[in-house]
Amino acid sequence: MVYDNPDGVRIGLEVHVQLNKLNTKLFCGCSTDYHDSEPNTHVCPVCLGLPGALPVINEKAVEYAMKIGLALGCDIVEQTQFHRKNYYYPDLPKGFQTTQYDFPIAGEGKVVIEGEDGEHVVRITRAHMEEDPGRLMHMGTIEKSKGTLINYNRSGMTLIEIVSEPDMRSPKEARRYLDKLRSILDYLDVFNGDLEGAMRVDANVSVFMGERVEVKNISSFKGAERALLYEIMRQKNLIRRGGEITLETRHFDEARGVTLSMRTKEEEHDYRYFPEPDLVPMRVADRVPAVAATLPELPDGKRNRFLEEYDMTDMHAKALTSDQDIAYFYEAVAQNENIDSKDAAVWVADIFKGEWNYRDLAIHGRTFDPENPYSSVRLSGANRKDPEVTSYISSDDLVYIIESVNNGEISDNSGVEVIRIILDEGGSAHKVIDDKGLRKVEDNIVATAVSEAIAENDEAVQDYLGGTEKSLNFLVGQVMKKTKGRADARQARELLIAALKD
Amino acid sequence: MITKDEVEHVGWLARIEIDDADAEDYAVKLSSVLDYFGQLDEVDTEGVEPTYHVADIMNVFREDVVTPSLDQEDVLANTASEKDGYIKAPRII
Amino acid sequence: MAEWLSISDVKKKISETSAEEVTAAYLETIAKSSINGYTCTYDGAIEMAKEADKGEGEGLLAGVPIAIKDNISTKGLSTTCSSKILEGYVPPYDAHVIERLKAEGAVILGKTNMDEFAMGTSTESSCYGVTLNPWDTERVPGGSSGGSAAVVAAGEAPISLGSDTGGSVRCPAAFCGVVGLKPTYGAVSRFGLISYANSLEQIGPMATCVEDIATVMDVIGGHDPRDSTSIDREVNYRDALVDDVKGLKIGVPDEYFGEGVDEGVEKAVWDAIGKYEEMGATWEKVSMPHTKYALAAYYTIAMSEASSNLARFDGTRYGPRHDGENWHVMASRTRAECFGKEVQRRVLLGTYALSAGYQDKYYLKALKVRTLVKQDFEKALSNVDVLMGPTMPMPAFKIGEKVEDPLSLYLSDVNTVPMNLSGVPCISVPCGLSDGLPVGLQIIGKQYDEATIMRAAYAFEQNTDHNKARPAEVI
Repeated sequence: MVYDNPDGVRIGLEVHVQLNKLNTKLFCGCSTDYHDSEPNTHVCPVCLGLPGALPVINEKAVEYAMKIGLALGCDIVEQTQFHRKNYYYPDLPKGFQTTQYDFPIAGEGKVVIEGEDGEHVVRITRAHMEEDPGRLMHMGTIEKSKGTLINYNRSGMTLIEIVSEPDMRSPKEARRYLDKLRSILDYLDVFNGDLEGAMRVDANVSVFMGERVEVKNISSFKGAERALLYEIMRQKNLIRRGGEITLETRHFDEARGVTLSMRTKEEEHDYRYFPEPDLVPMRVADRVPAVAATLPELPDGKRNRFLEEYDMTDMHAKALTSDQDIAYFYEAVAQNENIDSKDAAVWVADIFKGEWNYRDLAIHGRTFDPENPYSSVRLSGANRKDPEVTSYISSDDLVYIIESVNNGEISDNSGVEVIRIILDEGGSAHKVIDDKGLRKVEDNIVATAVSEAIAENDEAVQDYLGGTEKSLNFLVGQVMKKTKGRADARQARELLIAALKD
Repeated sequence: MITKDEVEHVGWLARIEIDDADAEDYAVKLSSVLDYFGQLDEVDTEGVEPTYHVADIMNVFREDVVTPSLDQEDVLANTASEKDGYIKAPRII
Repeated sequence: MAEWLSISDVKKKISETSAEEVTAAYLETIAKSSINGYTCTYDGAIEMAKEADKGEGEGLLAGVPIAIKDNISTKGLSTTCSSKILEGYVPPYDAHVIERLKAEGAVILGKTNMDEFAMGTSTESSCYGVTLNPWDTERVPGGSSGGSAAVVAAGEAPISLGSDTGGSVRCPAAFCGVVGLKPTYGAVSRFGLISYANSLEQIGPMATCVEDIATVMDVIGGHDPRDSTSIDREVNYRDALVDDVKGLKIGVPDEYFGEGVDEGVEKAVWDAIGKYEEMGATWEKVSMPHTKYALAAYYTIAMSEASSNLARFDGTRYGPRHDGENWHVMASRTRAECFGKEVQRRVLLGTYALSAGYQDKYYLKALKVRTLVKQDFEKALSNVDVLMGPTMPMPAFKIGEKVEDPLSLYLSDVNTVPMNLSGVPCISVPCGLSDGLPVGLQIIGKQYDEATIMRAAYAFEQNTDHNKARPAEVI
């Protein structure tokens, strides 16, 4: 199947990734841990742009940028430097942004996504480093505001701007690209995507090979898809009415779900780029081998290995490798010789991950024995909206649950129930099964319950014997009720059929 | 020769308000300096690399170690207007 | 009563009395002064002096008062670059050099007047009004560090710090008859120096003698990890003070004696070179063919950088603010009202030189010419040890003489800007008078070779009495 892109949609994305896992900002020693802090408490003369302050480059930020470049298959430039991008805005404390211009740290690369018609390559144009501006709060709406409140805590945070070619042909592909990018960045452990403002998107959109429109101010992935759907519709409608698409910048109004033209005099830019005299050039080419050695196995590589090494479906392979922690967790379960790797895939990808997602948990900690990474992996996570809600589970628990189901000690349902209880209340699988009395009861108790159910429900027995199959379900239900659900429903059914045959 | 319109455009780029009368005066004064700069055209710079830094230094970095930030009070001490810990400015548009 | 004191004179006085008394005496002199050299004095000066008295002479500058140019950030003390746009600004941090001075026990007397944002050659563009030249109060003290030079010449401080972007230490040193050094680019941290043109400028000391220049450099020089352009090499400046120039090879560039050089200046400088010959040095003519273009290249680069460096002064985070219906209008109006005319001209020219369509013609071209100027120095200084010439082509001019004609003012920097373009160290020492006004001899060395120019300057001073000349008001 070939996707014919009926509207000639071309989407290119500029994704700003905030490297919030660094300890300090790009050019000063201010802490990056400002998200819960009072305004203007994480600033110093450098990131506040006080007269006389000078920047010094955070070496780790350069290393992270190289890591990202390499993970996206980009060429790392021999030598790079920072430029000044001159423009005026109140969030920009120096009146210029320190960024990269003609020699971005990372050049051309690519990201492979699941496109409209199978695997689809999105080309990366470049990835460069720059500093984040401060944050503005408009008192009222942006047009009718009484004033602007400025918080410079964010000022000077390290951003990596990843620029793609206009290779995406639908909002869905754009969303897939963003998800894939997020997954790769998570693997690299360079940022926490759950923090506010960690990934921000500007989009270039055109239809029918027309002029492109830049849509700014998209702050979430969901927002990106909505903004693009709206903008494409707007452009198509405009053309249908005989209008013309002109090169412009529009802002996405997240609340209303629309893009708005913001054509003002401020938009006439002449950035007057020139090399930052307060910083010296960086020769980074010779650092590539050392940084490359720190790269983890990335999502695509891991997926292929899972398909090869473990017997599982492509869908499971994708689900289990979209997140590095889940992948480690899966491997710790699947490595166990008593467990079938396909079985483990169902339990981890479908059941466990489903429960984890249902609780909106974000993994924030993976622990394992570094000597033997797959021995036991412990995951901890917190609810995205309420970080007070936390959960812990280890791969040993899941191994115990799967084994217990396989050898008939507990039912499938109980297995799922154990996972839920561990996530909600804590405890080990063994203890939960014991405490909640989930182990299947002895056969004679089930047998007694079967006899009682037959004796007490003559009408249903007669109906069944008369050919009403449904009545058997009622009897199974009675057995379950008498055993308080501890009996295995399949077993109860078999016993009932056998007893009624006599 | 720099024109009055150019002066006004550059004034906007540099965020310096220039009224009509000033623009005339600037056009004359700036032009004489630019004419003087124009003598650079006489120099043959074919194949000459620009000098951005006089010292041949490269790869100056710092470690990713946190140093103290300023107190909020010191951050706000010099601004003309503040509100609840924020620096207050007129609206943007 | 004002008098010229060296650091060792001051130390002797402190040992006889106390740092507190010495500081108090300076503050009294400053209070009575009519030359307008200071923008403000420091409330905490006496307290610092008392601390120094407690420290019993610990520190290279224990108890020694110093005046600081108003573009060097001082924690808790007004720092305005003599501009209305920084009126009321008090930095919450110290510049690297101030930290170093404090660590060595120096006492900060106050901040000195300057051309607004260091853009000038006369200190006339200050929002505080011009500083008067102690030798002739109808004349300018030079600039932009006019206050720092004038207060030393008037005996209102034994030593001071200035900054030199295109001659701003050397020019006022020459006009006021004191010694001033522009170190090699990177030798002194710029952390805390409010930038005018950051690829060109250096903080430099001013004093009544070469020895004091060396002492201050031993305090403020050296590597600072907060300035990425700071050089990491150990130098002991006082070790260079040797009274011996036998065999020293001096290059004299013809280009430094171009059209318009004052006769008295020319004579004083050639006499100085003759003196060196007497002392055992040799001299030869050298050629610096791109000197002619240095001025245009310098101003293009300086203004381009300045247009960006001064963008942060928008009325938002510090300084006064003018009304406007939105932020952009507020910023434009604040900048129009609070920047002086010369600053506005340079910011506009710099913006133009960097703007789309003109960047290659002006900014990039200037950087290429800069390369050629730098090569001139490398070539000339590969055959000789130092270069010599007049610091300024003329002695101090009259107040108001060049105010209306920016270009003629720029032209007076012809002998000082090439060194900033190439980063080499240079020092201006008094070498006589022309019509009763001081003349400065400029000695230029190889990059990182302050030692040789300090030795040459020191030997000259030891064997002549030019630095004994004083303005009439000062003993």
